[in-house]
Amino acid sequence: MKTLVWVEHDNAEMKDATLAAVTAAGKLGEVHLIVAGSGCRAVAEQAAKVAGVGKVHLADNAAYEHALAENVAPLIADQMGHHDAFVAPATTTGKNIAPRVAALLDVMQVSDILSVEGDKTFTRPIYAGNAIATVESSDEKLVITVRGTAFDKAATEGGSGTIEEISGPADAGLSSFVSAEIAESDRPELTSAKVIVSGGRALKDAETFEQVITPLADKLGAGIGASRAAVDAGYVPNDYQVGQTGKIVAPEVYIAIGISGAIQHLAGMKDSKTIIAINKDEDAPIFQVADIGLVADLFKAVPELTEKL
Amino acid sequence: MKILVPVKRVIDYNVKPRVKADGSGVDLANVKMSMNPFDEIAVEEAIRIKEAGKAEEIVAVSIGPAKAQETLRTALAMGADRAILVETDDEVEPLAVAKILKAIAEEENPGIVMLGKQAIDDDSNQTGQMLAALMGRPQGTFANTVEVDGDHVTVKREVDGGLETVKLSLPAIVTTDLRLNEPRYASLPNIMKAKKKPLDTKSPSDYGVDTTPRLKTTNVSEPPVRQAGEKVEDVDALVAKIKALGIA
Repeated sequence: MKTLVWVEHDNAEMKDATLAAVTAAGKLGEVHLIVAGSGCRAVAEQAAKVAGVGKVHLADNAAYEHALAENVAPLIADQMGHHDAFVAPATTTGKNIAPRVAALLDVMQVSDILSVEGDKTFTRPIYAGNAIATVESSDEKLVITVRGTAFDKAATEGGSGTIEEISGPADAGLSSFVSAEIAESDRPELTSAKVIVSGGRALKDAETFEQVITPLADKLGAGIGASRAAVDAGYVPNDYQVGQTGKIVAPEVYIAIGISGAIQHLAGMKDSKTIIAINKDEDAPIFQVADIGLVADLFKAVPELTEKL
Repeated sequence: MKILVPVKRVIDYNVKPRVKADGSGVDLANVKMSMNPFDEIAVEEAIRIKEAGKAEEIVAVSIGPAKAQETLRTALAMGADRAILVETDDEVEPLAVAKILKAIAEEENPGIVMLGKQAIDDDSNQTGQMLAALMGRPQGTFANTVEVDGDHVTVKREVDGGLETVKLSLPAIVTTDLRLNEPRYASLPNIMKAKKKPLDTKSPSDYGVDTTPRLKTTNVSEPPVRQAGEKVEDVDALVAKIKALGIA
């Protein structure tokens, strides 16, 4: 089987999310990549070095700069004439584009796969991860999105893919990019952080969240996450949200502070290797999944913890 | 302008789903069902656009069993004007749902189709994007803010790194994220009024759509269960544990 993997990038650098998708695609067959963007040859060069990669299809066109689904989906659909499976990381970009590709191909997408069980058989989470479904596709071509935490990352060195320039449809003229508000941060990205410190509604407000959570995260070199309640209440921006509909994370250590543990939140972090919970309510559901729990007032315990570490 | 709002009847978001012992699926017998939360947000947003004088009519659609009427009545009680139930007892996949919605959109000519970004049962996150592809129209997915302006709609989207704003020409497809709005509760008088609002019943074959599933679910199982660990007495004990993990 020949797969075509979507390379996630910002026109300058390939993003890590690509690497788990490469591993998943490798379980299906030959791995080819598609780099669609504008002035993005450097990305294709990085991508060609990823272990196990064959051809890297480079589509360099101003119309693809912001990965607008209206423009890149037809490009990918064209390439599917000579590929059997389109594989994208289940990032917001992948989730935006892949179903559009699937519908153009008249294929039912398999979303957010956890494992490859056969040529056309996969497992995937349903009901916020409270059940795992095994599904078998009957479509001739496959369109798949891959849960990043479920597959190892392919090595970024060792490959010797060949770059091949391709062209596709011009700007569809349906949509245009206006602006982006992307937070610049030195912190590790949530989906690749080894340690995550996450805060919930109990943090009271944005200022308190910052005062309590940030010093601990700094001390541990950790990424910062939040529950939906904390994001909805405006303590932190939306891209901090961990959960069913936010980011799915699986760090070595996840420290949940003042998070009760709604099933929607657990869905996003229960695959973490070690879960530590600090909560003053000893019956909070978070303690049912935590490896280490501390029942305490977080406003006292967290500063003390930060100081003693 | 007309707004089409598809809504799905799903397990209530507060209910913990239970996997059937025979691996055939999730037990939905005697379980509380509600409107998919993202769809509620879509209904609310459509109503707000109408209240702002930018839309004249809101049509709610549901594809599902006869009981999905209740979900449509909820949408009507919130403020939708009329409803269409495409009745089927089969499970209909996003691709087939998108095909049915396309056929309905061709009859209704909505300026915006406003959908939830995903349903909390199958967690597919596909229908809106598929509908946009089939209709050859633009898509504003995971909407955080929606601004209708003449022949365009500007959508601020929740993306992994933060927010992204795109401008789409109408007609367009918009899918809602959590923070777009906070849906209203239907008042009792509106619930009463909703009972008299028109609700048409159709079937997938009325739209010439084959709903045969493309994906066969061969098994549904419980995820690996995490065992609760231990509780430590105080911060000092926690510090020792964290140090033992080698991260500090």
